[in-house]
Amino acid sequence: MKEDEAACVLFDSGHRACAGCAAAMVARLILDAAGKDTIVVSATGCMEVFSTPYPETAWKVPWIHSLFENNSAVASGVVASLKKQGRKEKVIALGGDGATFDIGMLCLSGAFERGHDFTYICYDNEAYMNTGIQRSGATPYDASTTTSPSGRCSYGNKRPKKDLPAILAAHGAPYVATASIAYPPDLRKKVEKAVNTPGPCYVQIHAPCCTGWGFEGEKTIAIGKLAIETGLWVNFEMEEGKVTRVKKVVRKPVEEYLKEQKRFRHLFRPKRNDDEIGKIQAIADRNAEKFGIDIQLKK
Amino acid sequence: MLEIMEGSHAVAEAVGRCRPQVIAAYPITPQTHIVEALADMAANCEIDADYITVESEFSALSACLGASAAGSRVYSATTSQGLALMFEVCFNCAGMRLPVVMSIVNRAMGAPLSIWNDQQDSISLRDSGWLQLYAEDNQEATDLHYLAYKVAEDHRILLPSFVCFDGFILSHTYEPVDTLTQEQADSYLPPFRPYQRLDAADPVSFGLFASPDYYMEFRYAIDQALDKARSVIPEAGKEFNEMFGRDYSGLVEEYRLDDADVAIVAMGSICGTVKDAIDEMRDAGKRVGLLKIRCFRPFPHKEVRKALSGVTTVAVLDKNVSLGSRGAAALEVRDALYGSGVSVQGYIIGLGGRDVRKRDIASVVAKAEAGEGDIYYGLRQEVLR
Repeated sequence: MKEDEAACVLFDSGHRACAGCAAAMVARLILDAAGKDTIVVSATGCMEVFSTPYPETAWKVPWIHSLFENNSAVASGVVASLKKQGRKEKVIALGGDGATFDIGMLCLSGAFERGHDFTYICYDNEAYMNTGIQRSGATPYDASTTTSPSGRCSYGNKRPKKDLPAILAAHGAPYVATASIAYPPDLRKKVEKAVNTPGPCYVQIHAPCCTGWGFEGEKTIAIGKLAIETGLWVNFEMEEGKVTRVKKVVRKPVEEYLKEQKRFRHLFRPKRNDDEIGKIQAIADRNAEKFGIDIQLKK
Repeated sequence: MLEIMEGSHAVAEAVGRCRPQVIAAYPITPQTHIVEALADMAANCEIDADYITVESEFSALSACLGASAAGSRVYSATTSQGLALMFEVCFNCAGMRLPVVMSIVNRAMGAPLSIWNDQQDSISLRDSGWLQLYAEDNQEATDLHYLAYKVAEDHRILLPSFVCFDGFILSHTYEPVDTLTQEQADSYLPPFRPYQRLDAADPVSFGLFASPDYYMEFRYAIDQALDKARSVIPEAGKEFNEMFGRDYSGLVEEYRLDDADVAIVAMGSICGTVKDAIDEMRDAGKRVGLLKIRCFRPFPHKEVRKALSGVTTVAVLDKNVSLGSRGAAALEVRDALYGSGVSVQGYIIGLGGRDVRKRDIASVVAKAEAGEGDIYYGLRQEVLR
């Protein structure tokens, strides 16, 4: 990296993330997009722990962590405080899917209902990774985690992912988007749009976790791409509650995504479970239909 | 100027004069009149505060935490279940050294549900690192808010503070109160000057995680700051007295204690009843006095020991109980007097709004003299059957 480029990095090297950690990429990319005049309010979680072991910090912007479930409420206070002082910094609340979908939902809903001007960014690695890969409301159907293990009478997580973007759009959020670390320019553009849109905005970023999902660290981007290409993750934008942009793909069968990850291994071993793979394919098909992501190829 | 006011309204007025920039609160009985009055002031531009109508007490204190870290003076008020919901955030505010000031309109803890007064709520947060001041009457409840901001924001302290006063007994009672003018308030309490804040021009990280190599020193530093408050509170109280003629320079306050054989120790509005009871007992030739605890955290062990060294018997009234042990003040007073030979008797009294009358105080004194203590006073045997 060139020296002048290094000077612009607002999320510094030397943190303790796993090699291939998508959450660390999220931190770097969102600050890239938001710029140095940003205050970050983090929830407890992997990112908070690997980036701020006292007396060190990876954050070169003002940063605060209070608790697991209150980053939206803390952000509300920061926004109010800045307003009273006539200051113009942008505020980003940052949390994993556990903090966002589950334990912090009350504070998140309250802050969005009140219309506080900040951007909430969820790095979604689809389970509680910091505590050892337990299922959350964002864990996909059939994923095996330490609290939704596959077993003789279990195929893993019994429920599909909670549709949080829709819930937050229903709060009247002016801008809601999903993104993936596999598509950095798109991610940056969405964060930039969110922080520059007045009112509470939400960006949910797919962040594959090599440790929790069971794949080699060098495959993080490839796994992220496969999620998009199979239709199990859809990148879209919602403005004033309406879907305005989606990423279209030539879809691949879901097993190309599933077979790369240990969390879905029980669907293939000891023997292939066509019923369950079929149910996951149906989830992708519904996504494709709902968002119209299929590129129609000329025959 | 003296004005007949409801306790809640007097407190709200004082809070307004402290010029909080951000207020975040959630309604709960008997705190509501304070936050309604402040909302009204904000709606009429009588105060220049951003008033955040949060969805829970948990978010109320969390928003105050964020606003304080970003550099604003903040205020909240709560009680009982609301304070319990803030438990986690309370420890966080102290750990992050944020000078949040919060009124606690003391109320009992459920279950069973009770909206009436005792002091179990704030006492249960005694280990959280907040300063805890207790008011006897509405004048004191009002004035202690100025004092709390002054001490909490002092760079030698930098800790959050409760101002505690009894629900309904004070909050909903009309009394004459002398409220400061805005000019007087400003002359006592300067604008908030944060020690450090979230600021893009000078980025810092708040709320890091600490390994076993560092954690203990953070806790020790909070305790050191609380210890420092043992001298900073009297300093702030003395300055208040010099400016406005009301004396809060003592962490404790004595009433007719000089030649007393028996001392009552109490906190909050019950002290008014105790004083009247003492006057009657004195008239009947009994040498009884009161030691009022104004500051429960930090606990004034030295001052307590000094004030009580001349008596033979101490009766401590606790409107709280550490279930499975004793009343919180009784434990502290016994610790303060350890080895002095003074007999310390504890009385759990007035829980959940049960009235405490002058004759109850006289009865407690008689029990203490007879060596009958560490009991719940005034239990209804017919309910227990």
